[in-house]
Amino acid sequence: MKTTHTKMHDTPFVIAGKSFSNRFLLGTGKFKNKIDLAESILASETEIVTVALRRIDLERHEENILEYIPSNVTLLTNTSGARTAKEAIRIARLAKESGYGNWVKIEVINDSKYLLPDNNETIAATEVLAAEGFVVLPYMYPDLYAARALVKAGAASIMPLGSLIGSNQGLKAKEFIKILIQEIKDVPIIVDAGIGSPSQAAQAMEMGADAVLVNTAVATAGDPATLAKSFSMAVAAGRLAYLSKLPQQKDIATASSPLTGFLYE
Amino acid sequence: MKITINGQSKELNDRSSLHEIITQFSKDCSRVIAEVNGEIVKSPVWPSTTIKDGDTIELVTFVGGG
Repeated sequence: MKTTHTKMHDTPFVIAGKSFSNRFLLGTGKFKNKIDLAESILASETEIVTVALRRIDLERHEENILEYIPSNVTLLTNTSGARTAKEAIRIARLAKESGYGNWVKIEVINDSKYLLPDNNETIAATEVLAAEGFVVLPYMYPDLYAARALVKAGAASIMPLGSLIGSNQGLKAKEFIKILIQEIKDVPIIVDAGIGSPSQAAQAMEMGADAVLVNTAVATAGDPATLAKSFSMAVAAGRLAYLSKLPQQKDIATASSPLTGFLYE
Repeated sequence: MKITINGQSKELNDRSSLHEIITQFSKDCSRVIAEVNGEIVKSPVWPSTTIKDGDTIELVTFVGGG
């Protein structure tokens, strides 16, 4: 028997002209130790990781996290801690000064209970930083008008939340992310926040998201590296399913076996 | 002289350079980013940047984050 199926060739995942072969992004916060982080990066083969910027501890000389991140991995500095566009811009400029690249994840949060992103401030920060030459990936509440404004402001990608940060609730915002996937074609969509299990990550990819970012679920797992690998595989599997033109869900049954040629006919 | 570093008040030798101060507080200067009185100071000019009484310094670096 001859089969004609050839290997599915995916289009590259491109952000601001840079190509990536892995669509799983890893956040580096909350890991119990830096070895777990290093192993998770290797096991998942992620090519983009997020980091944050904080004051150095004047009393303790700690090892820097960058020592645990391979140099071929793209660093995406988040602006966590920023409550306004102005603060996010300041953090981004500081990060750029370090010489570790100009990729920034804009994260502007005012609410300490739900940690929801402030889309208006995020748009304002995106506009300024994109004009300064930063590659801007804004973390956002999945709102179509905000997404369009971010693209217009020069965002290189948009990062809608799946659910609340660190909640492991999965794709609570699924229907709204679907709208963004349908309508925003100019930049990749990376589902960020709240993704708690590989099946949830796969679901986001099946829907047509371009990539998924996970932090808390991996960092707080009993075996972070194994879960990181599992997430990476789930993202790849979800992507393949999307490329296969997954059939739509139906409300009634359709038989899988032929409905003719029954023995009693 | 009295200066503020990362929100803490510190008593330091007069006419210390920014470079001397950073090496005192950080093991790995290559990953430290410095602001003096709200302005970023690039690392090549740390040795020639003299800190004055009352200055406010912010020293930041990369940490884990999502």
